[in-house]
Amino acid sequence: MITLTHYLVLAAILFSIALVGILRRKNLLMLFFATEIALNAVNIAFSAISKYYGDLTGQLFAFFIVAIAASEVAVGLGLLIIWYKRRGTIDLDSLQSMNG
Amino acid sequence: MVEAVAFYLFAALTIAMFAITVMSKNVLYSMSSLAAGMIFISAFFFLLDADFLGVVQIIVYSGAVMALYAFGMMFFDATKDVKEKNPSKKIVFFLSGMIALLLVIILLSPIISEKVKALYPMSEEVGNAEAVGVVLFTKYLVPFEVAAIMLLVAMIAGIILASKRMDESITLKIDQEIEKEQKGEL
Repeated sequence: MITLTHYLVLAAILFSIALVGILRRKNLLMLFFATEIALNAVNIAFSAISKYYGDLTGQLFAFFIVAIAASEVAVGLGLLIIWYKRRGTIDLDSLQSMNG
Repeated sequence: MVEAVAFYLFAALTIAMFAITVMSKNVLYSMSSLAAGMIFISAFFFLLDADFLGVVQIIVYSGAVMALYAFGMMFFDATKDVKEKNPSKKIVFFLSGMIALLLVIILLSPIISEKVKALYPMSEEVGNAEAVGVVLFTKYLVPFEVAAIMLLVAMIAGIILASKRMDESITLKIDQEIEKEQKGEL
């Protein structure tokens, strides 16, 4: 029998994978991928809670998260393309141009 | 029984795919496994009786977001491996492990659910998509419209950012101007 805890632990594991990605990657595109994973983990947790409490609000929150993720990708990828055209790299260390 | 088998199968597949995404050095492999993981995640939504959310997950993530990444990849050199210097892997893995442990402990602790009352209870008579639509267009109408405006703003921003004077390479010119300025100052 699959309970709410199963789904929450799965969401926690996926979120931790995303955290590992955010902490260890230096490539900005890979950081974006890790962010997507984190958002998806939260979506699973929301819909699981929505089912086990019999309340639709969790699913609606997941919808808005999907919308936010889509707009984040559109704007972020545009900025990333401009940065790559300018510097020829999307490494995180190349962003340190304001150090006096 | 079927639910348990499906849950564990898709959990293993999703974790494996996302682990590849995080650990892979090649951007293309990483993106492909991310797309696969998104599809597998939609299986959880179907298991959780959130049919509409599952369909949206497939359409939006695998259709729109991954296609956007794939087209954005044309601007980057995706064939060469990502070179990254990680000064201390031990600290990173220790921190992530501790955060993961903390998360699991928090989620495993008993949830105080006695006082939670369902505001919009799921009914057996109507389907999931219909119920979601009813709640979305009554209680959450204003956030829905705001989200629509946000998506419009994001679309315009993406178009302008990615395609502004694509033919004449503004970026190189700006770099040259910066170099000239620096030389002039020095």
